[in-house]
Amino acid sequence: MNHLLLRVRRTIRLLLALWCACAGPAAAWGAPAPTNSTLKVGEVFPDLARFELAGEWPASLKGRIVVVDFWASWCGPCQKTFPLMEELHHRYGKRGLVILAVNEDKSRAAMEEFLKEHPVTFAVVRDAKRKLAAEINVPALPTSYLLDGAGKVRSVQPGARTARNSKEFIKEIEALLEQNSPKP
Amino acid sequence: MKPRVVLTLCLCVLTLLAAGCANVKPWERDLLAQYGMRPNRDPLTRATREHLWFSREAVNGGRSIGGGGCGCNN
Repeated sequence: MNHLLLRVRRTIRLLLALWCACAGPAAAWGAPAPTNSTLKVGEVFPDLARFELAGEWPASLKGRIVVVDFWASWCGPCQKTFPLMEELHHRYGKRGLVILAVNEDKSRAAMEEFLKEHPVTFAVVRDAKRKLAAEINVPALPTSYLLDGAGKVRSVQPGARTARNSKEFIKEIEALLEQNSPKP
Repeated sequence: MKPRVVLTLCLCVLTLLAAGCANVKPWERDLLAQYGMRPNRDPLTRATREHLWFSREAVNGGRSIGGGGCGCNN
């Protein structure tokens, strides 16, 4: 009986050791390991220049109100959010709002094909290595982050957005633009 | 091969497989979002299979509904 117990103990120890040895490398395969916590309201959005994003976006985002929208071509709800982003870009672009759509497709061709079918006028960049998404641990696709002039997150909107279910979000944008506009 | 070595090898393989389990993050779900991954991608095949289960295995409702049947109307 004692012998059996010893064997069981040994096996458990062996399993634990193997688990510890393998779990790390297994997690490290593929994309960068995401952090456990997502970026919350009030926290500072990471500097985009650190993430080797492919594409063009306004040279300086400092002091500007920005909506960062994470999307992918295979994500149906992202497609539903695009008209709202386009509308926001047209309505508030002149007042200083920047819409920055961050694509999370593995293939560039998939993104380009999608954009050919659904042309947009706002800035689209590609997070090819998915470093930015992993860094802020995006909770869902799509997710929109509203950033104030200091780069702080003022609102997080996970899931499909349309003009209908985004009234509060639009109000927040308007309030930020109002605060940010130069006083006479 | 000694049984102990075989056991150890089996444990190693099992542990390696278990270590491969991971949460799929939202931005990594491109393969899962493909049309071929949908359970209802082919309604005709699904209906045929449901009928086969119903008629040959006497399972009313096939795989999706519990309960039995006589399988006598095929």
